[in-house]
Amino acid sequence: MEYLDFELPIKELEEQLQKCQVIGEESDVDVTQTCKQIEKKLQATKKDIYKNLTAWQRVQLSRHPDRPYTLDYVKALCGDTFLELHGDRNFKDDKAMIGGLGKIGDQSFMIIGQQKGYNTKTRQYRNFGMANPEGYRKALRLMKSAEKFGIPVLTLLDTPGAYPGLEAEERGQGEAIARNILEMTRLKVPIITVVIGEGASGGALGIGVGDKILMLENTWYSVISPESCSSILWRSWEFKERAADALKLTATDMKKMKIVDEIVKEPLGGAHKDRETTYSTVKNAILETYDQLKGFSEKDLVNQRIEKYANIGVVKG
Amino acid sequence: MAWFKRKEKGIHTSTEDKKDTPKGLWYKSPTGKIVDTKELEKNFYISPEDGYHVRIGSKEYFEILFDDNKFKELDENLTSKDPLSFEDTKKYPDRLKAAQDKTKLKDAVRTAVGKSKGKDLVVAAMDFSFIGGSMGSVVGEKIARAANYSLKNNVPFMIISKSGGARMMEAALSLMQLAKTSAKLAQLADAQIPYISLCTDPTTGGTTASFAMLGDINIAEPGALIGFAGPRVVRDTTGQELPEGFQTSEFLLEHGFLDFITLRSELKDKVNQYIDLITNAPLRA
Repeated sequence: MEYLDFELPIKELEEQLQKCQVIGEESDVDVTQTCKQIEKKLQATKKDIYKNLTAWQRVQLSRHPDRPYTLDYVKALCGDTFLELHGDRNFKDDKAMIGGLGKIGDQSFMIIGQQKGYNTKTRQYRNFGMANPEGYRKALRLMKSAEKFGIPVLTLLDTPGAYPGLEAEERGQGEAIARNILEMTRLKVPIITVVIGEGASGGALGIGVGDKILMLENTWYSVISPESCSSILWRSWEFKERAADALKLTATDMKKMKIVDEIVKEPLGGAHKDRETTYSTVKNAILETYDQLKGFSEKDLVNQRIEKYANIGVVKG
Repeated sequence: MAWFKRKEKGIHTSTEDKKDTPKGLWYKSPTGKIVDTKELEKNFYISPEDGYHVRIGSKEYFEILFDDNKFKELDENLTSKDPLSFEDTKKYPDRLKAAQDKTKLKDAVRTAVGKSKGKDLVVAAMDFSFIGGSMGSVVGEKIARAANYSLKNNVPFMIISKSGGARMMEAALSLMQLAKTSAKLAQLADAQIPYISLCTDPTTGGTTASFAMLGDINIAEPGALIGFAGPRVVRDTTGQELPEGFQTSEFLLEHGFLDFITLRSELKDKVNQYIDLITNAPLRA
């Protein structure tokens, strides 16, 4: 188990508890009372810490190395029914962007999402979840295929950004994202988006335009990462906590701004602390959302979606 | 001391009396693995030791895909004419006749409809043994008519490509089969009928520039040669040495042209899984 800096008091108590239990097992000393006390304190500390998370702490949780990634959700949601489909039919199969067909309940979905790795080797293989233009083009190809057959689209957002590379620019990173955003606004099937980790800027929005946007409790979504924001506006990475606050990037903030529709609760301490619970909450949220959307005609669906995005923005006069 | 003593020198058995192992008892894969042909047949014509997918034809693919090998063949008697009175080292009609006699096939594709896991599927499977699986008017026409059958009866469509390309002996008429088959696939697409393209060894030339690359999903068997210009042409034209694995299924997957690679033993499952998912039907076991 990995602990974040603000989780250290929890770590300490958990270690104490463990020691206490060992003493109880290995000697005749009765430690039940002590163990109980520590446990009580542990629960209180957990509650205290996790109920009052700062924006930056949520950013840290969204990047927690134990957090479930797109393919973990796909496996949990679809089981054996998932059939991964590869390639943009043009240049490459982008490993940072995965897609395919699967059943959630009785319903087929075209599922698309950024994929991160879980160790050094797979992180490189997945390019740290940073897609290239071919990733966005693969996503669009799959969405168009879903549209053709009337299959709803589910996108899972988890990216530190679109890949800022030389070749990515040569192949038109901006164009690829722009094309996706435009096509998604008028795709004739329901689109449900769930932010499961990091929602960084255009790299996230490139598969993130939809009818309903759900956001897990400990995720962030904004125009820039707090670190980059800090380094641009404060000329140093040191102000990332302030930047995180200022950007209003948490699920609660995003819901207030009506950019996301629903916040999906996570188990205490984050999605990774109890994966099964997380999966079942997410699954229910997706199916409930789909129930709300499936009745609409293609025309109504697209009109509402365009209307929704047309209404975002705050102006005076 | 020798155990046996040769009484007479030389071999005296006459040719007719020589004992020989019958042909076709064993198959040797390109990596040198040897397998009993019966064993091979039971293993979907995959060499068990090295996974090599042996080239097979329409007969075997129908057997693999259709339940109990039951199917109705479409347009089975369509044969080629010789519109250009073409002659190379052989006259085209003679070449056709020779190919027909040798392969017992009418041309380089067979089309059929049958149940696959209990649901109708139209399959067009090419035969490489018939003039290199080349596509002339008959191949184009049979694929077009099979697509029509799919359209009329709302049945998913699958083409198994195995071809050296367009048939030279029908020149531009062959070339136009690319447009003809693609036009039919456009109609299928408009009617929202799933079309699956399976690329097998080899899928080259005109087939890749038409139906082989136009599937709702393009899939391939492992290790198949897939490409527009054959490796020899590419090497001779560019003067470059070709990288290892150039134009293999794996190369195409990496470059974004295939949805996935499937073992022949899993082909029937994967194709039907896709069909169920994309049509939002319950998954068949």
